[in-house]
Amino acid sequence: MAELALTTPTPKAPSRAAKRLRALASEPKVIIGGGFILVLIVIAIFAPFVAPKDPLEQDLMAGTLPPAWVEGADPGFLLGTDDLGRDVLSRLIFGTRIALIVAFVAAGLAALIGTLLGLMAGWYGGWADRLISRLVDIWMAFPPVLLSILLVAVFGSGVHSVIAAIVIIDWTRFCRVVRAETQAQAQMDYVTAARTIGFSRLKILFSEILPNVTPVLIALVSLEMGIAVIVEAILSFVGLSVSSDTPTWGGMIAEGRQIIYEGWWVLVAPLIALFATVLAFNQLGDGLRRALDPVMRR
Amino acid sequence: MTAPLLSISGLNAVSDRDGGAPILRDVSLTVARGEVRGLVGESGAGKSTIAKALLGILPRTVRVTAGTLAFEGRDLLKLPARELRDIMGSEISLIPQDPQTALNPGRRIEAQLTDGLRMKRGLSAREAHGRALSLLEEVHIREPERVLNSYPHELSGGMRQRVLIAAAFALEPKLVVADEPTTALDVTVQKQILRLIRGMQEAHGTGVIFVTHDLGVVAQICDTVTLLYSGKVIEEGRTADVLASPRHIYTRALIAAGPRYDRPDAGLTPVPAAVFEELRREIAAGGGR
Repeated sequence: MAELALTTPTPKAPSRAAKRLRALASEPKVIIGGGFILVLIVIAIFAPFVAPKDPLEQDLMAGTLPPAWVEGADPGFLLGTDDLGRDVLSRLIFGTRIALIVAFVAAGLAALIGTLLGLMAGWYGGWADRLISRLVDIWMAFPPVLLSILLVAVFGSGVHSVIAAIVIIDWTRFCRVVRAETQAQAQMDYVTAARTIGFSRLKILFSEILPNVTPVLIALVSLEMGIAVIVEAILSFVGLSVSSDTPTWGGMIAEGRQIIYEGWWVLVAPLIALFATVLAFNQLGDGLRRALDPVMRR
Repeated sequence: MTAPLLSISGLNAVSDRDGGAPILRDVSLTVARGEVRGLVGESGAGKSTIAKALLGILPRTVRVTAGTLAFEGRDLLKLPARELRDIMGSEISLIPQDPQTALNPGRRIEAQLTDGLRMKRGLSAREAHGRALSLLEEVHIREPERVLNSYPHELSGGMRQRVLIAAAFALEPKLVVADEPTTALDVTVQKQILRLIRGMQEAHGTGVIFVTHDLGVVAQICDTVTLLYSGKVIEEGRTADVLASPRHIYTRALIAAGPRYDRPDAGLTPVPAAVFEELRREIAAGGGR
């Protein structure tokens, strides 16, 4: 029966970790987006060492100084100063702390809650699905920004309330996508095959279906991080995030708006930071989805 | 002969979706240890319903109304879910129809092949790995190490079907349900897979229920055959006898309708309308075969 054997002319397979790393490294979006985020993380952790000045130190004599490349600038203030004479660059650097904490914690918790409910709705169907889906429908009828302002107003300001507000609003995103993906996977023959080996429903859900939902989930978490950064900026902008002695990008935009004619850079610098960060999270999410999906991976 | 491995008797099932339309009418059949029983019929004849009932994966819309599915004397329809789970996979297993979707795209072959070994037989990861290697060799896969380390999409359809066959025989089941395992494959691979299933079945002394719509496949692999039409057993017997001297006109018409590769000019002979008339009359009358 030797003639029945099928040959596969592939050389010896490299190790799993090496293969996965190579897949990630061959995705430019992961390198660029992830690289940017990584730099931000390092900056956030070592903010006191990276920042050239104390972000809270005021110097009214040096108020509204333009960035270093504009006429009349003080080379000590690379991105200029705001109306109170605080260094914009240093404030920007300290602002990454709040932005990243909110991004990771809020997106992570929203993903956790939304995924669990989505898996339940998609897999068990019936009344569980009806209950969870109706809840999501009702939830999504609220205007998100107003709801988040309302929630923070109720919880009181601070990072914890901002995170809680984002989680409470955005778990529905994960729930909907995960539910649909779970339903699609549940139709597959491998799920039936798993049932015929006598797997319990719970085991099938977590060891067969969840791994196939994960690529979509990772992309979504990454997108959600970008959204969380924006929501935090909105809440800081309206003064509902952390207290004003902690620099935040949203807070800087709010301050910059008031002196936009005297010093445009106070507004533009945090806007660019916000824009670049959200873009990086989105690109990273897209790249990760491609690189981690075993079917799309070639 | 001792009691058969599987004995289905008087099985009736209806579809709740079509207002209680009957899907199986009084189906009875047996499978002895080491016997390959073909289950033949056109689409909607109920052959897959029997297979699904055996595996406990009937859709919610299909309801068994009467009959027994006795596996080694235990009625599968009456067993508690827990005992049924113990039997499934370890004593009864499935070779699925479509190798494209029957393997989880997100898990490596090794994980999928060793699930049952580790969960039901309590093997360690190492022992299961060794067993998986020898299983893949048994289904004539070269470079089994590489295949174990692959994802399903990295393998061809024939390779995947071999992996699924290895998985079906992994726990040394007494009965394997093969649900049209060659339909999704091209003809050259089909023949290899048929020979492989037959070889595995003989080596392990396994009983097989082989669901197919292809009488040619039945002739190649099945010891005995049960022919169904519209949920009713039309003809039953040893494959050689049934094919050589069919008793029912439907069987005769079906055999005549098969393509003749030796005479391509002869064209295809459809089953005459009169035969279906006769079948409908018989089913309406509810008489014996």
